[in-house]
Amino acid sequence: MNNTIKFKIDGKEIVAEKGKTVVEAAHDNGVYIPTLCNFPGVPPKGGCRMCTIKINGRFMTSCTTPAAAGMEIESNTPEINELRKSIIELLFVSGNHFCPACEKSGNCELQALAYRYQMMVPKFPYSFPVKEVDASSPKIIKDQNRCVLCQRCMKTIKTEDGERYFAFENRGNNLEVILDPELGKKMSDEIAKLAMDNCPVGSIIQKEVGFIEPIGTRKYDKVAIGTDV
Amino acid sequence: MSKKIIATASLAGCFGCHMSILDIDERILDLVELVEFNKSPVDDIKKFTKRVDVGIIEGGCCNSENVENLKYFRENCDVLISLGECAIMGGLPALRNGIPIKECLAEAYLDGPTVGLNTEKIIPNDPELPMILDKVYPCHEVVKIDYYLPGCPPRADLIWDALVALLTGSEMDLPYEVIKFD
Amino acid sequence: MKEKILEIISNYNKDKTRLMDILHDIQSIAGYVDAESIELLHKELGISASQVREVISFYHFYSSEPLGKVNIYLNDSVTAIMHGREAILETFEKECNVKEGSVSEDGQFGLFHTSCIGMNDQEPAAIINGKMFTRLTPYRVKEIVKDLKSGKDIKELIYEGDGGGRNALPGIHSMVCNNIRRRSALLTHDYTPFDVTKKVLANTSPEAIIDVVEASNIRGRGGAGFPTGMKWKFGRKAVGDHHVIICNADEGEPGTFKDRVILTEFPELVFEGMVIAGYAVGADIGLLYLRYEYKYLLNYLNGILADMRSKKLLGNGINKIEGFNFDIRIQLGAGAYICGEESALIESLEGKRGEPRDKPPFPVERGYLNYPTVVNNVETLALIPKIITKGSDWFLGLGNKASAGTKILSISGDCNYPGIYEVEWGTTIKDILDMSGSLDVQAIQVAGPSGALIGEKDFGRQISYTDLPTGGSMIVFGKERDILNDVVMNFLNFFIEESCGSCSTCRNMTSVLKERFTKILNGRGVKSDIDDLLNWSELLKVSRCGLGQTAANPITSSITNFRHLYENLIQKDVVFDTGFDLEESVKASCAAVGRQPILHNM
Repeated sequence: MNNTIKFKIDGKEIVAEKGKTVVEAAHDNGVYIPTLCNFPGVPPKGGCRMCTIKINGRFMTSCTTPAAAGMEIESNTPEINELRKSIIELLFVSGNHFCPACEKSGNCELQALAYRYQMMVPKFPYSFPVKEVDASSPKIIKDQNRCVLCQRCMKTIKTEDGERYFAFENRGNNLEVILDPELGKKMSDEIAKLAMDNCPVGSIIQKEVGFIEPIGTRKYDKVAIGTDV
Repeated sequence: MSKKIIATASLAGCFGCHMSILDIDERILDLVELVEFNKSPVDDIKKFTKRVDVGIIEGGCCNSENVENLKYFRENCDVLISLGECAIMGGLPALRNGIPIKECLAEAYLDGPTVGLNTEKIIPNDPELPMILDKVYPCHEVVKIDYYLPGCPPRADLIWDALVALLTGSEMDLPYEVIKFD
Repeated sequence: MKEKILEIISNYNKDKTRLMDILHDIQSIAGYVDAESIELLHKELGISASQVREVISFYHFYSSEPLGKVNIYLNDSVTAIMHGREAILETFEKECNVKEGSVSEDGQFGLFHTSCIGMNDQEPAAIINGKMFTRLTPYRVKEIVKDLKSGKDIKELIYEGDGGGRNALPGIHSMVCNNIRRRSALLTHDYTPFDVTKKVLANTSPEAIIDVVEASNIRGRGGAGFPTGMKWKFGRKAVGDHHVIICNADEGEPGTFKDRVILTEFPELVFEGMVIAGYAVGADIGLLYLRYEYKYLLNYLNGILADMRSKKLLGNGINKIEGFNFDIRIQLGAGAYICGEESALIESLEGKRGEPRDKPPFPVERGYLNYPTVVNNVETLALIPKIITKGSDWFLGLGNKASAGTKILSISGDCNYPGIYEVEWGTTIKDILDMSGSLDVQAIQVAGPSGALIGEKDFGRQISYTDLPTGGSMIVFGKERDILNDVVMNFLNFFIEESCGSCSTCRNMTSVLKERFTKILNGRGVKSDIDDLLNWSELLKVSRCGLGQTAANPITSSITNFRHLYENLIQKDVVFDTGFDLEESVKASCAAVGRQPILHNM
């Protein structure tokens, strides 16, 4: 039985294994679709809406949509790129993203997306929300100012028994991702590093290892995010 | 072609963006061929003496004087540019946003680690001192801003390319590396 | 206390998918879910303490902080405000010595706001220790608080008598009124409970039942309007160890209260509808998700289910049909509008935060515990026994071509006769206003805040899936109402309050819209601000669920249909204004140092 399907993104033919999501299939075929909350190996949640595409005129998220034969997908169009840029801008004004003072600057996916979509200034007013910095864990700092609520830490950082280190608290625009105080105290260096690395922004920083790479050598200093796709 | 008139100001900034203007190195010789400076810390002209083509603002608005100065620029400049992160989004001074003014003043003058010499615990209150705003505002949330050059500081190449494009009406084709937020 | 908590947890077999019930039970004995209970849940259920808090903090009626001995949840829907909520709030605050959103110092009273509680036809209303109090007046509030202070039981406080109909039954004993003002297909008493189960199912195949439902053209009554027969067909076809029928009784759309009346007066129709659905789909699990606000109906409804079980209308081998095993459990919600969205409702049923799922897969493929699940609205299910009894042609004879049958409307606001009205699809707005005694109408909100605000020029339009679709909420606003300040702002706040927050656009965009909208209300707006509101609203359309996708509707539909109200507020001859106010922004520092700035007017 043939295990591949064919569909189109912006007119380009995509050949994909059955069972892959649209974003996986696109990336396998060298077509970049921006993502932020999506993370390989864990179920997608369609939280950031960055990977929004249009299928038969309907907005869908490509991280959650299984690729299907014959799909006609719009992705890299002025309308959708403008939407994506607006989402980036919205995330910038909804938190406190002070890039010059952030350890993640240069390696930050939110910032890199802003570069890629050429955000010079968000069109929305800044909200400057009042947020806490939780430094109670001996291993990491959880800075709510920078959190984009992507859930990547919630989905990937767990104990051997499957308990989550990170969890949501509250809802709506009071929503936060918090570190479980007890588990935070017992965190290992390996888990701390993994949590920092899996965070797309600078909301989880391993203590005593910030600013380790000099400007000019960081991930997105010279090449745009998605260039490797 | 007559020279274009430029003015600059540093509001709640660190002058780093102005330093970055100087970082265009020998191209500064080309710049003086293109432009004439009016009100600016560069030449220490305090008041506008003529209509200005391009005003360049570093820093956001943290006090009433910043606001007045920014409005003064807006009235006298045809085009106004926000230069650098502080002008664009408040920058480091805006880290105080969300902290009540009273607490800010107390931390700065009464309780903070650097208040040792202020033995009489005085919060400066000379009538000439500008009043602090409830938060630090990006410039475009106070007046209309026409262009934005991000960076902390903006790279000299970005400033140069943008100025040349603006002054000569040519197209800008900026390489990826020059637009950065840090 | 520790033993009691452990007992509760073991009552549910340490099943974390029953966390909603566990939290309800803990809260009912302890008043709130304290740190010790959370620690026990962490140990017994194998989830981190933060994962427990994650669920508690999602729902309005759970608390991990001590509440009052008496807790008053005062509805803040727009109709409550129109009928004098402010005076009620003031009286509660004064008499209980407590500020809204807090607990009094002596720990006696907690006073909180809450989103629409389904009592729009008898506002102002409040839930006090789980009991519903409607038609409040400041006088009545004083009486209630006095009685509570004197130590009277909440049940003794209902001087009004019962609200009539089955509200009078001991199992309910509530002052809530049904206000049924117009009956048609569903609300007419021409039905013998469980006749279909007893007489029809045994000699009709599941496929034949689905054929009748499909032929009747009935579509979902919750608002989305998906064809019910097709949904059942998909559910039947889907493969799974179990199949599930869910009745969505989480009616949270502000202004809707018809499900409350159906559940009060016609619960047999609803439950029999579920049994029929269970038979047709091949389901064995039935769940009714009852919003917390209707908790006062819980014992009564459970009583009916118990009665059905004793008559073999539920359980194994229903009506001696071999292999037809189906039972119904009622799950109580805990205060979250978003749980009316079917996939969020399923998450909640599994003991989690009510966050919508991504589709596909749809619930009919993978729903409750990943089993194929059919979710139907209360009204949809209640119509099923009648459709099976009277036939699809009878149903098709009602309504219009695109929209078969009747619709139960919940009408409230500035009308003489608020209540529920069962009308045929195709009825015009003008007729609806006339039948409810609505005079001098400025606007009517069709289908709640997520629907459309329409004015006189559209009163000739019809309710229909092809013209004005509606789940039934109709709120009337008279000529004197301030549409922008009172109505649109109330709806915007509602969407901000009720967003689950898990997707970026819905979580953040509504606050941005509110900021810009407030600027216009404050007289600092310019024309481009109206354009911004319209353009920025577009971004919400990429949100994950219906709540997010419609959260800008109060803004967009008021601009579309009442643009003059905005234009009256914006500045004439000013094309640009950031809205920055120097005087306002130095107020705090002037107060701190005690002087005014010297402005140099450079």
